[in-house]
Amino acid sequence: MMTSPMTSRASRLLAGTVALALAFAAACAKKPETAPAPAEAPAVAAAPTNTAASTAAAADSAAARARREAANKLKAREDSIAAAKALASKTAAELKTALLATVWFDYDRAELRDDTRAALEAKLPILQANSALRVRVQGHTDERGSDEYNLALGQRRAASVKRFFTDRGIDERRLDVVSFGRERPAATGEDDASRAKNRRAEFEILAGGEALAGPR
Amino acid sequence: MRRTFVALIVALVAARAQAQPGVRIGLTYAPGVKPGVVLTLVGGVLGDSASVIVRRDLDFGDRVTVIAAGGTLSPATTQGKVPNYALLAKLGAAGLVQLEIANGRLRSTVHDVGAQRVIDTLSVATPAGGPTRAWRAAVHRLSDEVERVLTGTAGVASSRMAYVKAGRTWLVDSDGAFPEAVSDGSALSPAWRRDGGALAWTTLTSAGSRIQIKELASGRVQSLVATPDGLNITPTWTNDGNAIVYAHGLENGTDLWIASVTGGEARRVTVGRGSDNTSPTVSPDGRRVAFTSGRTGHPDLYVADLDGTNTDALTDIGLDEDSYRAGPDWSGDGRAIAFATRISGQFQVAVLSLRDRAVRVLTSDGKNEDPSWAPDGRHLVFTSTRTGSSELWVVDSESGRVRQLTRDRGARLAAWGPRLPATP
Repeated sequence: MMTSPMTSRASRLLAGTVALALAFAAACAKKPETAPAPAEAPAVAAAPTNTAASTAAAADSAAARARREAANKLKAREDSIAAAKALASKTAAELKTALLATVWFDYDRAELRDDTRAALEAKLPILQANSALRVRVQGHTDERGSDEYNLALGQRRAASVKRFFTDRGIDERRLDVVSFGRERPAATGEDDASRAKNRRAEFEILAGGEALAGPR
Repeated sequence: MRRTFVALIVALVAARAQAQPGVRIGLTYAPGVKPGVVLTLVGGVLGDSASVIVRRDLDFGDRVTVIAAGGTLSPATTQGKVPNYALLAKLGAAGLVQLEIANGRLRSTVHDVGAQRVIDTLSVATPAGGPTRAWRAAVHRLSDEVERVLTGTAGVASSRMAYVKAGRTWLVDSDGAFPEAVSDGSALSPAWRRDGGALAWTTLTSAGSRIQIKELASGRVQSLVATPDGLNITPTWTNDGNAIVYAHGLENGTDLWIASVTGGEARRVTVGRGSDNTSPTVSPDGRRVAFTSGRTGHPDLYVADLDGTNTDALTDIGLDEDSYRAGPDWSGDGRAIAFATRISGQFQVAVLSLRDRAVRVLTSDGKNEDPSWAPDGRHLVFTSTRTGSSELWVVDSESGRVRQLTRDRGARLAAWGPRLPATP
């Protein structure tokens, strides 16, 4: 029995990082047939319970290990250009999924949580590797609070995300921000789970998203 | 029928005699006292419609009690056109309003029952063609004037409200009749120009938000382009109608700005240093602006001069985790600010008296927010979920009496407009 005092936050972060590392490793390994789930990693990292995150991470790494072995075998056989093209398109789709993965916030806050930061870290290399890529960050809130004030809060959330990237060298002209406040909820319930889903930033590709290159 | 009526008179006289023995009834308006009024009419089917509307308008005004209305009363209370003042006084009536519809006009003769004389006669032109919106508007204007003659304060029946439903801005008469969409797309936070001739609102697109202005007569819509990028929300008009005060945010918080409706540069009003400052409301003297600000953490109410100086908290700063005050609206008489405050996790409509900073909470049932004052400085329209869906309700801030305005599922963000000017 593991008795590590690892915090839930750290374990979530680790889960995200491991999954992410595997994702990039898998992408570099050029395996055409397998379907890794690296883009899900940020979402998994944001799962509300520690156990869910750990279980998912464990399942992910086991599955990814199996997939990596299969990919190595395939790699030995696969040498056709067609297969290489298929790989390229698949990888781009995966990158796109990672880029567009939603990130979440705490109630009435625009500061980045650790899991949000980890999810943004995963997007950073994609923005760095694709200089034509322009992205719009949409800030959203849950249904508590006033309709009007929530628009300002959503703006602040989107701006926090933008600042994360500009602080790391991404040209600010490549990032638009917009707020929808509570006007476009992802979940319609008024329970805590729905609210947690609604306090978020979403990503939209404005330009340069056709053929995303992987990080070098 | 007649027997029922006689029984009613007897009951009313008995109740009145018991309640106020020996009190002389007069048409002096005092807070908390609602003088009794009897309404009579002459004039067929349209007369009935007019009578129903006037009766309801006076009732919604919350300043008089309509004791009885309708044709059945006429023979008993009047002989020809001469009122039976003695009987009216026994009924508890301080006033008598005789309505008459003839020759395209609706006339009212208002009597002081105690003084046994006519106080005033009023009339409005009623457009031909029966109870259209214009016809009803004319009747509402007469109601407002009758209320002025009876109580000293005009009613607000001839005003309209703007609100948002399913992303569009709508207008509706103060009694809930004739809802009409006046915007496309994704509109929020409508605000009236003081003369009632134009509205401003926020339009939300996938690229950002903008302030739009619509002239109601011409239908012309223009965008406020002083700050084309980022967040542009919660417009309100300056009293002269020449400028819009609104909340604008890019990437370092949201502040109040002011911009001319005819173009030119916007000027920053608040310096929130990265905080969110929204929902401005300009004082009736045009010098101050109250607004929502998160500068100390939780959203709270502040007031500043329109040039941004002399910023002051309007309430004690909420330190409670649940504290949340938002959406101020300055009353037309300048004495009070209505707002929403969170109590036990739910928004309730409250009124802050500016004289002593006392706060009175007016609602308790469901979620109640976004109050907007009527031109009488007494009634408020607000959004409530008390029926299970979001609807507009009206509350009398003096008596606490409420009525449901819309049955629309999703109506919200109401702004009570001015009384409509009379059409020639």
